[in-house]
Amino acid sequence: MNKLFSFIKKRYLIIVPILLLIFVAQIERYSELTSSGTFGAALRLSIPICLAGVGAIYSERCGIVNIGLEGMMVIGTWFGAWAGWFYGPWYGVLAGLLGGALFGLIHAVGTITFQVDHIVSGVAINILAAGVARFLSVVAYADVPAGGATQSPRVDERIEKISIPYLSGGKINESDTADVFGSLEALDLFLISDLFGLLGGLTRNISYFSILAVLLVPVSVWILWSTSFGLQLRSVGEYPVGSESVGVNVYLMKYIGVTISGAFAGLAGAYLVIESAGIYREGQTGGRGFIGLAAMIFGNWKPLGTFLGSSLFGYADSLQLRSEESVHGLLIIIVCVLFIVGIRSFIKKNLRTAIVSFIFSGLFLFWFLNSSTIPNEFVFFTPHITTLIVLSFASQRLRMPKFIGKAYKKGELN
Amino acid sequence: MKIRIRILSVLAPLIALFTAVLICSAILNFIDRDPVETFRSMFEYGTSGKSIVSIINRSVPLYISAVAVAVGFKMGLFNIGVEGQYLLGALLAAAFGSYFALPPAIHILFILFVASLSSGLWAGIAGYLKVKKGIHEVISTIMLNYIGTGIIAYLLAQVFFEKDENDSLKVPQTNYLPESGQIPPLNNLLGIEDLPNLHGFLIGAIFIGIFYYWLIWKTSLGYDLRATGSNPIAAKFSGADPAKMVILAMLISGAIAGMVGMSGLTGYYHRYTIDFTSGLGFVGIGVALLGRNHPIGMALGAILISFLERSSQILDLKDVPKEIERIMQGIIILFVVIGYEIVRRYVLTSQIKEASKEVLNE
Repeated sequence: MNKLFSFIKKRYLIIVPILLLIFVAQIERYSELTSSGTFGAALRLSIPICLAGVGAIYSERCGIVNIGLEGMMVIGTWFGAWAGWFYGPWYGVLAGLLGGALFGLIHAVGTITFQVDHIVSGVAINILAAGVARFLSVVAYADVPAGGATQSPRVDERIEKISIPYLSGGKINESDTADVFGSLEALDLFLISDLFGLLGGLTRNISYFSILAVLLVPVSVWILWSTSFGLQLRSVGEYPVGSESVGVNVYLMKYIGVTISGAFAGLAGAYLVIESAGIYREGQTGGRGFIGLAAMIFGNWKPLGTFLGSSLFGYADSLQLRSEESVHGLLIIIVCVLFIVGIRSFIKKNLRTAIVSFIFSGLFLFWFLNSSTIPNEFVFFTPHITTLIVLSFASQRLRMPKFIGKAYKKGELN
Repeated sequence: MKIRIRILSVLAPLIALFTAVLICSAILNFIDRDPVETFRSMFEYGTSGKSIVSIINRSVPLYISAVAVAVGFKMGLFNIGVEGQYLLGALLAAAFGSYFALPPAIHILFILFVASLSSGLWAGIAGYLKVKKGIHEVISTIMLNYIGTGIIAYLLAQVFFEKDENDSLKVPQTNYLPESGQIPPLNNLLGIEDLPNLHGFLIGAIFIGIFYYWLIWKTSLGYDLRATGSNPIAAKFSGADPAKMVILAMLISGAIAGMVGMSGLTGYYHRYTIDFTSGLGFVGIGVALLGRNHPIGMALGAILISFLERSSQILDLKDVPKEIERIMQGIIILFVVIGYEIVRRYVLTSQIKEASKEVLNE
């Protein structure tokens, strides 16, 4: 019992909002907050962010900052759509991956061989990628009626989807089975229906591509922490001189890391096209590459944490898309969290923070009481503001790879 | 030695340009277009009188945007958020500027002040988040771009836009600036006839360039900024408070970013609509990289990019995809960055060699 108590005490900033969320979701008009539909959408929306974030781990763990992730993702969307439309969805997945890897390789050449500042090179990659995607669209879709300079024709074929039999109504031998999670969610019981809403959303109508993408998270944990390749890769980002001295090929490791990172970003782009939109559109990535980077920071440069972080952003994104009404319910949660932070600072005799928190808490309460919806324009940036808020709570306790962002030159003392 | 460095620094962008032309020629060849003919018609169109005016007009905001980015770069800060900053500043300046009329010069100064102040404060948020919360400015400025876009859309449609019963189809926009808030074109002053308007804010851009040079190389604040950029630890011990530097640099960078939209607002649109020129902030990053944060280098970079943008317009008539220019831009920037790094390495090693030679001779 004591253990549980201290666990709650340590993690109250995560647990309290979740509890509040469940309470608020009991109100009829905010029920979308914990419905299985929202969670299903959240999973689908968090996967591209998660893929980008896990990709970023490969690059950052070997010491290379990868701001070019966004551009590699753009290339992934373009090639995913083109090959998906021309050959079929799985070819789109492959093409997106390869396109992203190619741009990852360019970033590697810039930052490793030529030792350009990582962020500068990443910015250049983003500019180049946007130009390449636009040019390729003009060339490839010149004579295609549905395509154009800023969008591709629709990828008609979709990747097959499954639901798990018995638990969420999947099929066995073409015959329906029970939907246990669905019927439990429909019971409308406190906590139970929310929990099964979550489980149902995660197991119903999931495509093979999503399963593959989610599996890449544990696979990455295994590669990075249980293989000698992973150890070498991580050592290069911590202490390259030491790695070199025990015979690790530092340049090669960095090249591999950055290229894999590009491949992940390309995969994320392909996912956006093939699973979410069914079409390539200019600007479709909408900063998800950067949000992936933020998810990685939130996850403390680890795959599981990154997965958690991206599901948070995916959840914010899904609320934004599915039900603008329920975003309004988030306001009251913000009010409560700010109030708790205020009380905590007051107890710790941190008066200034306490007063600021109380004032903002009051302002949000005023807003909540005097409105019934949040303006459309604000709902649009829910994931982005979530990113900032979450990072401002998380950033100080994190540890990044030691040799990150620096140029390594063989034979030079670092 | 110094002259050699200068020559090398100029050579790097030229080689990048040459490489871009080569690669783009190969691409054009691949899609069955004649590269020589393409570049010839681009050059011809880009150097006509009309084009030159348009190129200068386009360079003005690009240059200012590059300067805004460069202020951050000089101390190792990446302000990727110029885009959101200048749009927000332009909207607020347009809205407040259109509420009343003031004497001409004062009105214009008031508009510029509102723009700088709002853009500067918006950028300052990123500085605060970096110092107090440890969020890297690249992440925060990018997120602030998206948040800014949403806030701008809201303010424009719900707050500053006066809906008209008779004219319900109108897109959201602010009111026009009164005449006293508009900057006249320079054509009369310079005696240019038969050509499109040369925007008056060109003078503003030149002033901003001089201000940037003075601030970074002639003031002690600028010295601290540069010192923090090249060696943060040494700078800290010499008395530059890094936290204060970050916030100051972001505020200044944002305040300059506020000027980016001013040539369009005061010289051309005279109001803020949803069609207001966007994207200048991102291109500005490229220009700052091209010009290596040097006040004159960035001016040349802005002109080069504007030239490419303008001259590629002719390609539509020649049945060549004009988007080849976008690839050219990307390649130039990528290669110039690599080129500068090679030059820097070369200079460093030859300096070391020279120094060791002198030591040995003694």
